[in-house]
Amino acid sequence: MQALVIAAHGSHLNPNASDPTYAHADAIRETGAFDEVREVFWKEEPHFREGIRTLEAEEVFVVPLFISEGYFTEQVIPRELRFEAWDPELWESDGTSASTVTLEATDVEKTIQYCGPVGTHDAMTDVIVKRAESTTGDPDVGDRFGLAVVGHGTERNDTSAEAIEYHARRIDDLDRFEAVEALYMDEEPEVDDVTDYFESEDIVVVPLFIADGYHTQEDIPEDMGLTDDYRLGWDVPAEVDGHRIWYTGAVGTEELVADVILERTADAGADLGDVIEAGRGDTPIVGD
Amino acid sequence: MVGRIQTEALLEAASEGIDFDGLRLEEDVEGYLLETPERDRMLIDEDGLMDALEPIEAYVTNWAYWQRSVSGDGTARRAFLRWCEHAPIPDTEAANPTEEPLSVPERYDALRDGIDRTWGQLAITTRFVDLDEPDGERVYDCWHVDDADTDVADLEVYDEPRAAREIATTDADGRYRPLKTAPTLDSGWAFTGLSGSELLETVEYFYPATTANWHRERRGDLDVDHWLETATRQTGIYDVVDELPREAVEWMAEACCVDSQCLRRREWHYEEDDELDVPSGEGTFPCREPCSLVIAAARKWTDLESETETTYELELTRSELNQLSALIDAVADDRLEEIREADIYEGANRYRARYLRAKRFGEDGLDAREREH
Repeated sequence: MQALVIAAHGSHLNPNASDPTYAHADAIRETGAFDEVREVFWKEEPHFREGIRTLEAEEVFVVPLFISEGYFTEQVIPRELRFEAWDPELWESDGTSASTVTLEATDVEKTIQYCGPVGTHDAMTDVIVKRAESTTGDPDVGDRFGLAVVGHGTERNDTSAEAIEYHARRIDDLDRFEAVEALYMDEEPEVDDVTDYFESEDIVVVPLFIADGYHTQEDIPEDMGLTDDYRLGWDVPAEVDGHRIWYTGAVGTEELVADVILERTADAGADLGDVIEAGRGDTPIVGD
Repeated sequence: MVGRIQTEALLEAASEGIDFDGLRLEEDVEGYLLETPERDRMLIDEDGLMDALEPIEAYVTNWAYWQRSVSGDGTARRAFLRWCEHAPIPDTEAANPTEEPLSVPERYDALRDGIDRTWGQLAITTRFVDLDEPDGERVYDCWHVDDADTDVADLEVYDEPRAAREIATTDADGRYRPLKTAPTLDSGWAFTGLSGSELLETVEYFYPATTANWHRERRGDLDVDHWLETATRQTGIYDVVDELPREAVEWMAEACCVDSQCLRRREWHYEEDDELDVPSGEGTFPCREPCSLVIAAARKWTDLESETETTYELELTRSELNQLSALIDAVADDRLEEIREADIYEGANRYRARYLRAKRFGEDGLDAREREH
C-alpha cells in the first residue's frame, strides 16, 4: 500500500485557506493512484504531528504544498513529522532542486519519501503559463503580452525569491511572452510598480501563492492600483497607467497543481500506473 | 445464514486453525475439531460439518465479517470498529480493565436493534445490513448526539464521508471552527449505511487522528509530549512560548483545554512528573500534546506575561466592579447571545455595557491612573 500526505499551512482564522489543499487531495483521491490520501496542516487538523499515524500504508509520500524551499520544508515539517536523521543537505538542493529523500519517522514504522515542495517543481512553470491562458481566455497568449510572476519576497530565509525567479527565467526561455519579470510584495522589484517593468500594453500578473487570502485578494490588487478598495473588487483586465493588467488568483488554486503533486510523487518512485501518462498535455490529469 | 462462500473461506482458514471471538475450529486427521463457549469441543467429519455450523452460524458469520470483510489486524480502524460494538479488542484489554466486552451471541442480539456508542459529539450505531437473515455484515450510522431522538427524515442525510469536512468547518452560527474537537459541532445531519472504512473516514474528518491516538493509548503506547517539551521544540515566532511561566500554563489549560472547550482528554502535563491542577477532562479520546491553537495562544500570553504589573486607581461603585466580572464571565462562557436585549438586570447586557462605557471611559478606555508609590 502507498499513501500520499499533502502538507500545507492552513489557518486558524480563515476557513478557506485549506480549500486548495482539499481540492487537490480530492482530485487525487478520484484517480485512485494512492490507497490513502491525507491532508495535514500546520494550523489546522490533522496537524503535521498527527497525520502519518492515521495511515495504514507502509510507504508514505509527503509532498509539501508550499511555494519554496525554506523554513517550512527544511525545519518545521521534518521536525513535526519526526523525521529521523533529517538534514536539509540530504536534498542536495541548489535552492529550487529538492526532489526526494527517503526517511523514517520516530513514531511510525513506515518508509517515508519526503518530496520537494510543489512550488519549485518544473511542472509549476506550465501551471503559471496555464494560468495566464485561462485568465486571458487565450490558449496562445504571449504575443504583445508581458508576464509578471509575483512572490512574497523576504521570508525567514531567502529561498522564496529563488522559486519565483526560477519559474520567471524558465518562462522567459520559452520566448513566448514579450517580457517576463519576477516581482515581490515587500522587496525590489516591487509589484506596486508593475507597469514600470513592461513596455507591452497587456500584462498578466500571476501570484505564486498556494491559497487566495489577504495577500492575493487584498494587498496585491490594491498595491498595483487595480482597485482602491479590495472589497469593491476589480476588473480583469484592469486599466492602470495605460496598461491592461490581467490579474489572476493564487496559482495554487489552479487544478493542474494536483498534477504537480502527482509528479512530485512519481519523481520519488510512487507507482501511479497510467495516471500520469493519461493526463499529459493541456488537460488536467486529475480534476474535472 | 451461513453462506457457501463463508463456509469455504472458513474451511480454508481451518487448515491453519481458527481461534476467534470464541469460535475454535481446527483441521484434524479425522475431520474438524469444533468448539464454542456454549458447546464443548467435538470432532466432526467433513460431511457433518455444514449441519454442525448451522446452530453456531453467529460465530461463523462473525468470523467472516471480522477476518474477511474488515481484516486489518492490529490497526486502529479494526479496534475502533470492534469498540463500536463492544467486542473484545486484543492487546488492549489490560489497559482497560473496566470494560466488559460482549460475547458473540450478546452482540448478535444487540446488532438487530443497533449498538450505540458516543465519540465526542458523534452518536454511532452499528447494525446488521440484513435484519431478516443477518449474514454478519455490519453497517454504521453516524449523527450528532443532540439528534439522537430526531427522525432521520428530518435530518440532512449523507453517505459520502467527505461531506463531514464541510459540516465540521463551521458551528451552528456559521463561525469557523479551527479546533475540530471543540464541543461546537453543528447538528441536523446523518450519515447512514456506511461501511467500516467509510465510518473511519467520516470520524477522521470530524475528529482528526482521534482514533489513531485512542488506539495507541489503549495499547499503552501513547506518545505524550508534555508542555515543556512541546514549547521548547518551537522555533520562529513561537520560539518564545517556553518562557511562559508555570502558573500561566495552568491558566492557559483552564482557558483552553477543559471539557467545555475541547472534547479531548488532556494527557500532557507541565512536565512528565509535574501535573497541572486543572482537570484533564472526561473525553473518550486523548490529547497527546498541546495543539497548534494552544501554541499560537501561548505566544500571545507569553508576550502579555512579560509585562510588569502596576496598581491602578479608578473610581467604580461596587455594582460597577461586579459588572466587570459579569462582562468577563459572559464572554468567557460564550453567553452573550443568550442575554436578552432588555434584560437590564444582567451585567453583560449591551445597554448596561454601553452605559458603563458612557460613564467611565476616557479616550483610551477605562479612566484609570497608575498609583503613585
